[in-house]
Amino acid sequence: MNPAVVAFVALFRRDLLLAMRRRGDMANPLIFFVMVVSIFPLALGGDPRLLAAVAPGVVWVAALLAALMSMDALFREDFADGSLEQMLLSPCPHSVLVGARVLAHWLLTGLPLVLLAPLLALLLNLPTEAMPALLLSLLLGTPVLSLVGAIGVALTVGLRRGGMLLALLMLPLYIPVLIFGAGAVEYAASGQPWTAPVLFLAAILALAVTLAPPAAAAALRVTMGE
Amino acid sequence: MTVAADPRLEVRGLTAWRDDRELFHALSFTLEPGAIAHIEGPNGAGKTTLLRMLCGLLSPAAGEILWAGQAMSRCAGDYARALGYVGHVDALKLDLTPTENLRVASALAGRPASTAAVEAALGYAGLRGFEDVPARQLSAGQRRRAALARLQLQGALLWVLDEPLTALDVSGRAWVEATISDHAEAGGMVVLTTHQPMALARRREVTRIALEVAL
Repeated sequence: MNPAVVAFVALFRRDLLLAMRRRGDMANPLIFFVMVVSIFPLALGGDPRLLAAVAPGVVWVAALLAALMSMDALFREDFADGSLEQMLLSPCPHSVLVGARVLAHWLLTGLPLVLLAPLLALLLNLPTEAMPALLLSLLLGTPVLSLVGAIGVALTVGLRRGGMLLALLMLPLYIPVLIFGAGAVEYAASGQPWTAPVLFLAAILALAVTLAPPAAAAALRVTMGE
Repeated sequence: MTVAADPRLEVRGLTAWRDDRELFHALSFTLEPGAIAHIEGPNGAGKTTLLRMLCGLLSPAAGEILWAGQAMSRCAGDYARALGYVGHVDALKLDLTPTENLRVASALAGRPASTAAVEAALGYAGLRGFEDVPARQLSAGQRRRAALARLQLQGALLWVLDEPLTALDVSGRAWVEATISDHAEAGGMVVLTTHQPMALARRREVTRIALEVAL
């Protein structure tokens, strides 16, 4: 088998194994997601129509912030324990290795968010017709958040207090995803066709899959060189 | 161990700066197969910087590093396959066992090793019986041994070792010294830094490269 494929699989398996050994870390973004969404009805009052109207935006914003919160874990530990150096010394293409890490990271943090979202959307009285749009938009949107986030984390991983800078760097890049994602759900909730925003999300995902791993790999090399 | 046509490390006129202080200026040396280079110098002289440059993790302010007669950037893949680096940190995942750690490391190096091979390497490093203990429960010295065992699994030709003797006990030191000697004897190359005296008994030549603290 191609060594790059072997390395991809090995890194991917390592990350899943690590997550199995410490399940607590994985739960943090999920708990955050649940908390943010569930306090909205308390603050806005119990009017079901109002909640249904804000549901697409609230669920998407909460998912985005939860994803942003989880990003820091992507390279920070590897930077501290020297694994990142070893990754950059590998003869395999670094973008492939970054891809393995991002895929594992999304499976462990992004996918649970997607699966949890319909439940929280019910809590906010989102019409059931909008559920497919919610699932599909999150399924296409959260991998973009992970991929684009990887570039930001790669750039800030060497900084001692990179968390706030990461948020500042990433939020503007996350906004198109948020607009199309929340837009798709809103259209679906009001009975309008919602294919267009979902297709935009798919296009953004295709772009991110191809461009983000090499960009993140290059950013890592720059960070390590300082 | 795959040997390139002319596996030779050449450093030409290497200069490094940290902030506005020159660490070393126009440093040149050549490492032939079977040679060991011992970088000496006080703290802050730029030893780690030099090693990281040799690994391609840092780019020099001036000068070049050639592998088998080619600039490092030209033969990045070949050079990465030939290089094994053990830095200040052990690059072990503490929640994984040494076996799991080394299996990933060997796959990353492009030479996936079987569990049996990994366990043999760990046994050789004096970690028999600790193969399946999470690295978190190992002592600092044992982690160091696991990190050094990685080099042999990766089949690297050029070893770059930053303070390999840190945290090791007497037998650990003897093991590292023997391993380095054997590696050089077999045609490998080693660049290392250490503040501790090293007994490389059978060595024909140890190139000493002295760095000084520049003011």
